Amino acid sequence: MPEVKQEPQAPLLPGVVAVALSTAYLIALLAVEKQPLVIGLLAFGIVAVLVAHYMDWLDPVGRSFAEREGVLSAYAVLAACVVAAFFHDNHFVLLLFVTVLLYAVATLGLNIEFGYAGVLNFAGASFFGIGAYTSAVLNTYTAVPHLLVLLIGGTLAALIGSLLLLPVLRTRGHYAALVTIAFALLLKTFLEVNDVLGGPQGMQVKGMSILGWSFNDNFEIGKIEMSFYLNYFVISMLLLCGTFVLVRRLERSWIGLDLDAIRLDETAASCFGLDIARWKITAFVLGNFVIGLAGALFGMVGGFVAPNNYTFADSLIMVSILLLGGIGNPWGVVVATFIVVVLPEKLQTIQEYRFLLYALIVIVVLLFRPEGLLPRPVRRYFPGGRA
Amino acid sequence: MDVGLLSQYIMNGLMLGMMYTLVAVGFTLFFGVLDIIKFSHGDVLTVGAFTGLATYIGLRSVGVSSTPLLLLAVLVVAILAMAALGMLIARYLVLPLRSAPALNTLLITLMLGTVLREMVRLFYPQGANPKPFPALLPTDSINLGQFNLRLDNAIMLAAGVTIIVGLRLLLNRTKLGLAIRAVAQDEETARTMGINFTAIVLITFAIGSALAAIGGVMNGLYYNEINFGMGLLLGVIGFSAAIIGGLGSIYGAILGGFLFAALQTIGAVALPFASAYKDVFAFTVVIALMAWRPTGLIQEKISERV
Repeated sequence: MPEVKQEPQAPLLPGVVAVALSTAYLIALLAVEKQPLVIGLLAFGIVAVLVAHYMDWLDPVGRSFAEREGVLSAYAVLAACVVAAFFHDNHFVLLLFVTVLLYAVATLGLNIEFGYAGVLNFAGASFFGIGAYTSAVLNTYTAVPHLLVLLIGGTLAALIGSLLLLPVLRTRGHYAALVTIAFALLLKTFLEVNDVLGGPQGMQVKGMSILGWSFNDNFEIGKIEMSFYLNYFVISMLLLCGTFVLVRRLERSWIGLDLDAIRLDETAASCFGLDIARWKITAFVLGNFVIGLAGALFGMVGGFVAPNNYTFADSLIMVSILLLGGIGNPWGVVVATFIVVVLPEKLQTIQEYRFLLYALIVIVVLLFRPEGLLPRPVRRYFPGGRA
Repeated sequence: MDVGLLSQYIMNGLMLGMMYTLVAVGFTLFFGVLDIIKFSHGDVLTVGAFTGLATYIGLRSVGVSSTPLLLLAVLVVAILAMAALGMLIARYLVLPLRSAPALNTLLITLMLGTVLREMVRLFYPQGANPKPFPALLPTDSINLGQFNLRLDNAIMLAAGVTIIVGLRLLLNRTKLGLAIRAVAQDEETARTMGINFTAIVLITFAIGSALAAIGGVMNGLYYNEINFGMGLLLGVIGFSAAIIGGLGSIYGAILGGFLFAALQTIGAVALPFASAYKDVFAFTVVIALMAWRPTGLIQEKISERV
């Protein structure tokens, strides 16, 4: 077969440099404790990004990410491992990092619903909570293998979510939003007044253990003591990679095209023979499954579940991540999760104000840059070709 | 069940229904003129109630002690402040997004609701805790046989009815009302008839938000307590009530508000489980009704929005 004439592939270097610089920056940010230093570093980061944007250094980075995604994803995973290895004995930083990873997984799930199929879901934290409570209950009262618990958590979130399918499918826009908001409020109140599930105090969750390997014990490699959170880092990273690949493949496949068509114009999509209900159900169930999966693992990581961690405000935080990152762009989700989760932890003065702050940020983003920080690019089916 | 208890429940139901109606009418008004849902409406109610409380505390601290004067001041300040807030929201957050996808308006008002809620929680002194609301109405009660009619409830109910009747008259009998209805029916035709579209939208938002302020103060007077989260609950219930009645019609909102209150009261009385589950029950009803009749009991003429 004659070779199709291709434009030269974008160079790998800008992408690698960007990953390396972000890794170094992330390590520095996570390592510093003193508040003035944190603020200085954040200011430096913002200025650096703005300068890079102004000098058009970001375009080559975007191009190399668009065209050499496979290789650069591997580098990104490597970078995450480097960060984890750097903080191998620091419980707090590793917990924070694992939180970021799991929130990213959950938001990727939300992205399937929100970003592709256009099914509104303002109860993300509720499905996350369903997963977490599943692992709390199953780990306390049964001996179900913990990997299976994760799957059950996801399945349960998907099943309970299915109860909302009828109203969500029969309605659109604001109405569907109302249904999920009502569900978010319902679930939180239910968890609070239900004594079996611990009421407002919540429940303890036993840590994970697979084939006798207890995740909640520190371990040693050679002579170096490792934090037990490194266990959770590995499994969360695997989960994130799996979800990321799933979402990326889904987007690229004809299913992703169908979902986009349904989101953009339901009437046109059904005229072309797409089964609207089928794809909305698929997206909603799959998305909730992923969120529940992440929630189940998060319950075990945190060791504790309580209704106050799964409120409507937390669901809005997930939506904020999605909007900030750029709806539909998995890379945007990952970057935005880092910003949204790490910022209030490092900058303790804003911890209390985080809901307010993120709501304001989303308003500003919607008014001035509705496509988010990293807008979703058009699919590239042919590497090197025009999109 | 004796008559006294029954009438007590009916009275509670009516009070609840009146508050829901005030919120639902706001949703209906906004939807009428702009075809949008303003999710921050419930939180405007919260801010209204807290503004009223702050006015009360402020006036008390400068030595005003006449209860009618205090009540009047609380109401006037809350209404004016919320009307202004409603206009600001419409002018700077809702109108600029007219050409953007509907999703953006939804998100922006949702986030604005969070902003208002969190502002109350963070910046009102100890706003995270429930606040006692002063009893500004006479709390005597009249005994009618076994039924114990509290005077403040009766006054609030009468006030609510007056407001709704007044609103109806405003919409149906005045030039302003005619303009609002014209804009609701067809924006472009209304513009060509020389109606100032922006002004009408702003006035409508002011009216709706003022109703929310009244609802908030009423809520405070009824429960003698307000908290930063109450608006979210009332907003969701009020929106559902507006939908159940059929968005866009004032009567629908009234019907929906009282129907919802009736369901909730019946649920609280008839269902065996503890009253702790009353909100769970209310939201289950919201979801079930949305599944059953997403276009409302009084069908909309055009229901493509659903």
